[in-house]
Amino acid sequence: MASNRRILFPGTGPEFRPTTPVVCRQIQNRTGTGYTGAQMTLDHAMPNLLYNKDIVSITDLSPEALEYIVQTAERIKAGAVRPWLADRVLASCFFEASTRTRLSFETAVHRMGGQLIGFSDGGNTSAKKGESLADTIRMIASYTDAIIMRHPQEGAARLASEFSSVPIINGGDGANQHPTQTLLDLFSIYECQGTLENLSIALVGDLKYGRTVHSLALALARFGCTFRLISPDALTMPDYLLEELSAQGAYYERSSSLESVIPEVDVVYMTRVQKERFDPTEYMHLASDYILRADMLSNAQPHLRVLHPLPRVDEIDVSVDSTPFAYYFTQAENGVYARMALLALILNEDLGEVMNG
Amino acid sequence: MGESGRKDRQLQVEAIRRGTVIDHVPAGNGIKIVHRVQKLSPTARLTVGLNLPSGQMGSKDLVKVDDWLFTEEQAYELALFAPEATINVIDDYRVVNKFKMSLPDTVQGVFDCPNSNCISHNEPVQSHFHVMQEGDHVALRCHYCERKFRDTLFN
Ligand SMILES: Nc1ncnc2c1ncn2[C@@H]1O[C@H](COP(=O)(O)OP(=O)(O)O)[C@@H](O)[C@H]1O
Ligand SMILES: [Mg+2]
Ligand SMILES: [Zn+2]
Repeated sequence: MASNRRILFPGTGPEFRPTTPVVCRQIQNRTGTGYTGAQMTLDHAMPNLLYNKDIVSITDLSPEALEYIVQTAERIKAGAVRPWLADRVLASCFFEASTRTRLSFETAVHRMGGQLIGFSDGGNTSAKKGESLADTIRMIASYTDAIIMRHPQEGAARLASEFSSVPIINGGDGANQHPTQTLLDLFSIYECQGTLENLSIALVGDLKYGRTVHSLALALARFGCTFRLISPDALTMPDYLLEELSAQGAYYERSSSLESVIPEVDVVYMTRVQKERFDPTEYMHLASDYILRADMLSNAQPHLRVLHPLPRVDEIDVSVDSTPFAYYFTQAENGVYARMALLALILNEDLGEVMNG
Repeated sequence: MGESGRKDRQLQVEAIRRGTVIDHVPAGNGIKIVHRVQKLSPTARLTVGLNLPSGQMGSKDLVKVDDWLFTEEQAYELALFAPEATINVIDDYRVVNKFKMSLPDTVQGVFDCPNSNCISHNEPVQSHFHVMQEGDHVALRCHYCERKFRDTLFN
């Protein structure tokens, strides 16, 4: 027995030290030391924070990276476009159908001279035959320079990024993330207000289930924006999100009347209150409180703009369309510019002279 | 020498020659520890002491695992249920290693994600959570679906 004696751990046990590294929420910058300037100008001395990156979750992007994308989108919209994707093949993999997101991504690729392969719904893909997403992505990555994907399950894009040798761009993973929607919202707000900083934002409608408003609020909170929250009692913003807003030092306040907050805000972000969430009489009763009509905007500041992720049903009355406050159609158009900026920056280390003009 | 080991008189449960003693488990959490150990190894030989008197804690639970010398990683998985516990690795009746528990930063491959629509279920990956202390409770955020769950969901 004595001969069997083994001291497995000589001396006393080591102090606890985590064996798995702390996971950093910020994406790694493989090419440079990071952007330090606070100025809202494009400085090409600074490294491209997006080059070769996966875009899975909006929280992967620092405020500097968000500004960089938004400013690049602005230049592109002003005409600074080059064939930045010439000779590149991108995959557009929609395991779940989505007209708007897919078409704007594919337009963005074509406008920069890129080629596309892919599929527009999951119906006849290898997933149907039981192939894992991991294997599918590994295979597609070996054919292409980047993969744009939408998938009905939460976490699909994160998983894909772990198996892909090329950048993954998340076009929506179930109820989880849709970072390019947030990017186009940020671009639209930047474009119509001239800044992302210290704005007063009204978020209206379904604040409970809408991932669009959740991601947008979290992103804007990092720029010092404040929020007026206007929703039915059954659809208020979840506590965990309010806690995250507070943790970022953002001010928010619930308001019961949309009309009464209009004079105080810079942006009204409307979302749809879905009929299906209420019984019909209850819906009739409350829906009108979350509908915006042109006459409610008579006390608005001149620079106020109304945004909506579209499609709208009746939450913005058509009377608003012809006012100077309507911005939702421009916002939809901006989806292409925001996605062009993102793809150009991911696939090119330097966009060159055209960005300095 | 073994049977006449120096501490037999003080031991509140039978001495083991080789294995792991999980000590200073808050009273009431011993069962959760047993549950976890059984998941790690369904054939593990366990002895359990519940509500034992303890100088420091008033009362405590204690779990002994025969013939299994825990690694640090295995120990830290249990920390979710007993962040204050001590893990004592016993060989030849002696404590040869001691880990003071502490919450891990991440937990991988231990629990399934409670979100049934999470991609982690049918893919060649381990479940993976980021651990967060939130006031008096622990929350786990799924690395994949990004949902956050209270630790009580995993017991
Ligand atoms: N051979 C053994 N068999 C079973 N339990 C043991 C053995 N040796 C020590 N223990 C238990 O392991 C824990 C730690 O032991 P030790 O480091 O000696 O004392 P303590 O940490 O209480 O000062 C105690 O609960 C003790 O009862
Ligand atoms: Mg003791
Ligand atoms: Zn999950």
